[in-house]
Amino acid sequence: MAEAHPVGFQWVMEAKKRGARIIHVDPRFTRTSAVAHQHVPIRVGSDIAFLGGIINHVLQNELDFREYVVSYTNAANIVSDKFQDVDDLDGLFSGFDAESRTYDPTSWQFAQEDDDEDLGRAQADDAGDTAEQRNTASGMQHEAHGMQVGAKPPRDETLQHPMCVFQVLKRHYARYTPEVVEQICGVSQEDFLAVCQAWTENSGRERTTALVYSVGWTQHSVGVQYIRAGAILQLLLGNMGRPGGGIMALRGHASIQGSTDIPTLYNILPGYLPMPNAEKHQTLTDWIDSVRNPGSKGFWANAGAYGINLLKAYWGDAATAENDYCFDYMPRITGDHGTYRTVLDMIDGKVKGYFLLGQNPAVGSAHGRAQRLGMANLDWLVVRDLFEIESATFWKDSPEVATGEIVPEECRTEVFLFPAASHVEKEGTFTQTQRMLQWREKAVEPPGDARSELWFFYHLGRMVRERLAGSTDERDRPLLDLAWDYPLHDEHGSEWGEPSAEDVLKEINGYEIATGRPLSGFGEMKDDGSTLGGCWIYAGVYADGVNQAARRKSRHDQSYVAPEWGWAWPMNRRLLYNRASADPEGRPWSERKAYVWWDEEAGEWTGKDVPDFEKKKAPSYRAPEGSDGVAAIEGIDPFIMQGDGKGALYAPQGLIDGPMPTHYEPVESPFRNLLHGQQGNPTRKEYRRADNPMNPDPREPGAAEVFPYVFTTSRLTEHHTAGAMSRYVEHLAELQPEMFVEVSPQLAEERGLEHMGWCHVVTARSAVEGRVMVTERLRPLRVEGRTVHQVWMPYHWGQGGLVSGDSTNDLFGISLDPNVLIQESKVGTCDVRPGRRPTGPALREYVEGYARRAGVLGDGGNAVVTASAEAQQESAAAQQGEQHSPQQQEDQ
Amino acid sequence: MTGPHSLFGPLDPAPDAGYVDAPSRKGFFTDTSVCIGCKACEVACKEWNDVPENLYEMLGTSYDNSHSLNANQWRHVAFIEQPAGRSSVGLPPSIGDAAPSRDSVDLGMPTLGAAPTDVPDDAKPDFRWLMSSDVCKHCTHAACLDVCPTGSLFRSEFGTVVVQDDICNGCGYCVAACPYGVIDRRRGPEGDPKVGIAQKCTLCYDRLTDNQRPACAQACPTESIQYGDVDELRERASARVATLHEQGVMDARLYGNDPDDGVGGTGAMFLLLDEPEVYGLPPDPVVTTKDLPQMARRAGMAAAAMLAGAAVSFLRRTP
Amino acid sequence: MVPDAEFTSYYGRPIVKAAPWEHDIAYYLFTGGVAAGSSLLAAGADLTGRPGLRRVARLGSLGGLLSSIVFLVHDLGKPSRFLNMLRVAKLTSPMSVGTWILSIHGPFAALASMSELVGMLPARWQPAPVRLLLALGRPAGLAGALTAPPVAAYTAVLLADTATPAWHDAYEELPFVFCGSAAAASGGLGLIGAPLAESGPARAFAVGGALVELAAERRMERSMGISVETLHDGDAGRWMRMSLGLTAAGAVGAVVGRRSRVLSALSGAALMAGSFSTRMGVFEAGLASAKDPKYTVVPQRERLARGEPVRHEH
Ligand SMILES: Nc1nc2c(c(=O)[nH]1)N[C@H]1C(S)=C(S)[C@@H](COP(=O)(O)OP(=O)(O)OC[C@H]3O[C@@H](n4cnc5c(=O)[nH]c(N)nc54)[C@H](O)[C@@H]3O)O[C@H]1N2
Ligand SMILES: Nc1nc2c(c(=O)[nH]1)N[C@H]1C(S)=C(S)[C@@H](COP(=O)(O)OP(=O)(O)OC[C@H]3O[C@@H](n4cnc5c(=O)[nH]c(N)nc54)[C@H](O)[C@@H]3O)O[C@H]1N2
Ligand code: SF4
Ligand code: SF4
Ligand code: SF4
Ligand code: SF4
Ligand code: SF4
Ligand SMILES: [Mo]
Repeated sequence: MAEAHPVGFQWVMEAKKRGARIIHVDPRFTRTSAVAHQHVPIRVGSDIAFLGGIINHVLQNELDFREYVVSYTNAANIVSDKFQDVDDLDGLFSGFDAESRTYDPTSWQFAQEDDDEDLGRAQADDAGDTAEQRNTASGMQHEAHGMQVGAKPPRDETLQHPMCVFQVLKRHYARYTPEVVEQICGVSQEDFLAVCQAWTENSGRERTTALVYSVGWTQHSVGVQYIRAGAILQLLLGNMGRPGGGIMALRGHASIQGSTDIPTLYNILPGYLPMPNAEKHQTLTDWIDSVRNPGSKGFWANAGAYGINLLKAYWGDAATAENDYCFDYMPRITGDHGTYRTVLDMIDGKVKGYFLLGQNPAVGSAHGRAQRLGMANLDWLVVRDLFEIESATFWKDSPEVATGEIVPEECRTEVFLFPAASHVEKEGTFTQTQRMLQWREKAVEPPGDARSELWFFYHLGRMVRERLAGSTDERDRPLLDLAWDYPLHDEHGSEWGEPSAEDVLKEINGYEIATGRPLSGFGEMKDDGSTLGGCWIYAGVYADGVNQAARRKSRHDQSYVAPEWGWAWPMNRRLLYNRASADPEGRPWSERKAYVWWDEEAGEWTGKDVPDFEKKKAPSYRAPEGSDGVAAIEGIDPFIMQGDGKGALYAPQGLIDGPMPTHYEPVESPFRNLLHGQQGNPTRKEYRRADNPMNPDPREPGAAEVFPYVFTTSRLTEHHTAGAMSRYVEHLAELQPEMFVEVSPQLAEERGLEHMGWCHVVTARSAVEGRVMVTERLRPLRVEGRTVHQVWMPYHWGQGGLVSGDSTNDLFGISLDPNVLIQESKVGTCDVRPGRRPTGPALREYVEGYARRAGVLGDGGNAVVTASAEAQQESAAAQQGEQHSPQQQEDQ
Repeated sequence: MTGPHSLFGPLDPAPDAGYVDAPSRKGFFTDTSVCIGCKACEVACKEWNDVPENLYEMLGTSYDNSHSLNANQWRHVAFIEQPAGRSSVGLPPSIGDAAPSRDSVDLGMPTLGAAPTDVPDDAKPDFRWLMSSDVCKHCTHAACLDVCPTGSLFRSEFGTVVVQDDICNGCGYCVAACPYGVIDRRRGPEGDPKVGIAQKCTLCYDRLTDNQRPACAQACPTESIQYGDVDELRERASARVATLHEQGVMDARLYGNDPDDGVGGTGAMFLLLDEPEVYGLPPDPVVTTKDLPQMARRAGMAAAAMLAGAAVSFLRRTP
Repeated sequence: MVPDAEFTSYYGRPIVKAAPWEHDIAYYLFTGGVAAGSSLLAAGADLTGRPGLRRVARLGSLGGLLSSIVFLVHDLGKPSRFLNMLRVAKLTSPMSVGTWILSIHGPFAALASMSELVGMLPARWQPAPVRLLLALGRPAGLAGALTAPPVAAYTAVLLADTATPAWHDAYEELPFVFCGSAAAASGGLGLIGAPLAESGPARAFAVGGALVELAAERRMERSMGISVETLHDGDAGRWMRMSLGLTAAGAVGAVVGRRSRVLSALSGAALMAGSFSTRMGVFEAGLASAKDPKYTVVPQRERLARGEPVRHEH
């Protein structure tokens, strides 16, 4: 965190000054470790085993915050007895279909008091089609719209029922003993127990522990399950919804949170509404119901209003109740349109043109060579950036030009490079890691022809609409009917002015159409077309006609929650699910940790933050039989966006790879999975093709010799991501002027590497070179009785800029987490050699030589499903009559 | 230059330099125990003061690629990789560089082969990574200022030491005089108008006069760099070191906060976690001009002797 | 035998910075010394009626002065930068004080030398104003002589008043080394240029200077502490060994060869070369001592270890 979020890290240092204990779990010793109380070196890609170990420690020793767990989590829910766990199935859960490599999650569901029909209804559209869910990264949608479970599953609040979540969890993690953690993670039992002790002792009524993670956890083929494991632990210890607790996902780019809320993603719409599916969502009602999920609890019940307000924001007056608010105009998702699929499609000639705005995939995305070869096979490419980045110059100076794979004279891609205005050269908001929007004034005029994105898109839209004006073609209607009118900042009144960003924010906030009165919150959104709003979770950011994001009251002049600095969604709430900071009766768990509580006299929730609960709903409220939606949320259900109002220790749906995190080895690993025959995540997203080979499975002969080491990549404080914003800037470029490879002294000796000399790292994809940095910050670990050397590289270099170097991402292949399609770019296997890599065509020969020796040349590499045949059969059988429609295997 | 302590001893420098009603003395307390080595201070300083590039060279000395304080580097963050227990004097720091004095220093390159991989983790020495942002000390007795022949270096009303670019003649005397090796003549880049001119931290004189914090302190996320009144900072520093000692961080020590030390105490003081020389700081610096009266006396004697010698040479016999 | 000092440093990087001076400054130390000593000799020769010695000394003084200025200006880059120093007079700055000393001494010495030059012209080329110059020769020469020793001595303070270990550590003796060296060099010049009959005082001055230089240098080496190593090692060591050999040989030669014009001249040259070597050696030793953190750290660390940090006593 100190490395990549130094400004946010000030609060960690502040907490440390006030007595907080800082523990850093990271494969390498970083700037964060330097100021932490304890650094725990861990083998990359083994965190689920580590966290599982802590969960086991908590459950075996009954260290959980029992009252919290019973009341606020689904620990007491009873799981269907058809469910079978990984221990019985060699690493698979029940319901696995080996052909499509997906699960039918029916057997994972909570037991139902009634019949199977009910079960089916509860699962709405989630039970089938998991392959398609994987293609559409549906985990992203579930992230917000919660689990679609029945409002009242059977429960055993004594937690004794053998199939209650608590017991299922306890059995699931029983194997994660300190010895196993040591074997898998390379973490000594002593270190491990110290972490267990610190975490559990600092959790409970009086104390809370915060968990902070970022992309060291997400960029894995089991990335989502890493986070799930963290969530389970924090729920067990009562650290969620409470001050000083929680799970903090440190986001990346300045407004990357903003660009998930109002997404630049192919599968979700603003406010985490799912992108309509071409087959499943024929009508507005289909679409809304898939979100609303009749029968579940929670605020998604109002999805109709959110969806209709969005459609009204898009199509204005043209959107009416009669035409389903122009729902038919909406583009539909048909499958995997993710960035990696698209790049492979480019290579295959299926994509003609591409817009690249504020991204540098030639350097920043996994499998750099594929990225560049893809872009070199387009008709046209629009790049908008601050600098002439590698993604705009690949056709003339990329490594593939050296290898002869791209011939500048013949490269067909026409590149249009547009200069972009930077964040200080335009107004707008940043939504940061804490979901807080902060308004930003324009500080200086953009230089030359540089313009904002807002300007670019507004005028692009305007011009396209002008070209199409008068068209009678039906397919042009969605464009022509768009509400595309924004006031322009332009003293000369020219049509080329800059649209007012504040006006856009107002539209995002939403307003009453008749009066123009800004909405004060999403509660005011109507599903009758009388209001419009571009992103329901942002409703309130313009309440009272005031730009709430622009508020800048000093923290010294207000409470520590600082509600008057900027504005956080939803409803300026700084801490989500904060109802959980009070006990079931609504009293603070402790004076120290008082945050939000029930004021009996006033008959309302009150406290330091905006309560994340209906203000007047008493803790004693119990839902009438048969209720659903908001009414079904009881006074003791803090997790109001979840289908059962409870924190999910166990996730019966929404996850493609299983209801509980289980340890799988990374796609490329020198170790066999110690726990099961199933080596890696069996459901991971794969693109098997000759140009995307994965290094071999450790059980294949010779694998260990060809690629014996583990490598990982991450950031340097001194550089920014793909490097355009630092390598091209003098004051930053000089701070880390060369690409380097960090190795331990032991590995240096083993491979004859000299400090500050050259070395190169090789995988089946490529070889990259850098200067050798021998440092004790990296240390070899003992894993499964063997020594494992981990190599670390920053990934900020490319051929452009004031300082240049090889691009680490050339080393990775494409292999993704099945839930959200994030690439596994934190771990791979490799070889490390002294000296520089070959150049020109010799580089390809060299790399192919490696791939050949590893046996992965041509066919794409290691086996995915490795659980025993019996286990596969047994797992499939657990589907119990559910008609499973075999999915076409999409991973050729 | 008025008081009995003008060359040595405790002193409030601005009044001594003749300011009447000078504001209270300003300076830094750099608490290296909270430094995270982010280099924001280095960058902010360059940005505000328009300091040009220093060097584009990977030095292999942990994450320090700025080398040292110099005319193009007014803040310098040191990175020291150190297995704990090696922290006492007489033992080498971390990886060495190509400094000329290889044989006189054990540069402590991680000793290859010495640490067997099979040592259990708990038996391995723990590891420390020290970071510290260094800057001009704005000495109470500033040798650079004392020896400057042109008056280019001056004592500001805030008690700080500042170069006037347009007066400096580039004689380089200050460079040799500074006991901390801070100030330097700018060598490049070519075409820079200040090449040949002595440059160093001004304690952001132009910000102080506008009642603003220095750029580096403003940028520091962890409050490792604290700016303020020197008197107050000295107290804060003492309190902080006491707290750390209570917490068992017995390595914590202050540097530059003693007004009786060889430079009369510094305007920029530090909390260090190891001996000063580990960070590239002199352990017991003394302002060279402390000895100036004696130097002058000895020179006078030598000159007199020379005159006498010449006279004697002619006395002996006439042709 | 003292064991090699063990010490810690930051990647072996220097702590103090070496003076950013080129060899110009070392040359200037030498030429300034020659100029100063020559002024003294010139005045003496003038007073005691040794025109031959006077001439060579006055020319030496002028030559020394001019080359000093050339070296100084070259080091600074442009002449105006030299004048820039005259905007203030600063007692704590040996360079400022030295500049003033030079500025006072220089004109007198130059005047005396000019009168010598003019005197060398045929009489018919000596119009009245020029003869006035001739008349000013003696008083100017005397004033120059009286201001000369500071010119030779201040350069020692100039070096010593720095954080450069080998220079500062030598501050007690360095003025004697430099004054002695100046005497030896200027005397040596006298031996080269003056007829045997007149060269006695130059010989005495040179030999005396050489002895003082050698003695002071021995003493200095004993008192410096570990930075003395830099006088023995590397380039500086070579210069210092040359200096010792040449100065000693020159002194002996000057005494032994006092009846031989050739031997005297050779001895004079040796003394000059010895003096030059001393300056080069001291200069180089200083730079070397600044570049190696050992010479900054170890003495300070030892001071602390003895419990004698430098502290102001109340
Ligand atoms: N200076 C700077 N700041 C940045 C950025 C930048 O490029 N430069 N980028 C921004 C962006 S886009 C993002 S997404 C964030 C990312 O912020 P971070 O996630 O903090 O960044 P990384 O350095 O990629 O990874 C963090 C750590 O994860 C560790 N790690 C790798 N694999 C594993 C593993 O399997 N387990 C565990 N426990 N740790 C592992 C790495 O060693 C590394 O120290 O930073 C943002 N901030
Ligand atoms: N191996 C490995 N690979 C990784 C990661 C890793 O940890 N390891 N991390 C991944 C992560 S988390 C991320 S976020 C990606 C980042 O990868 P990219 O997004 O591809 O890289 P950036 O360099 O951040 O690209 C941002 C570009 O936007 C430009 N820019 C900045 N401001 C503006 C603007 O206002 N308008 C426009 N049009 N352009 C602008 C910048 O100049 C820069 O070129 O890298 C990923 N790749
Ligand atoms: S670059 Fe900006 S967003 Fe990143 S840490 Fe610094 S201040 Fe925060
Ligand atoms: S540290 Fe050096 S440059 Fe700074 S004031 Fe002191 S003597 Fe001058
Ligand atoms: S270099 Fe400039 S500032 Fe330094 S002493 Fe000379 S004149 Fe003064
Ligand atoms: S005070 Fe100003 S000049 Fe000095 S280091 Fe800080 S930013 Fe640079
Ligand atoms: S002093 Fe502050 S700004 Fe400088 S490196 Fe340390 S933490 Fe960063
Ligand atoms: Mo990111």
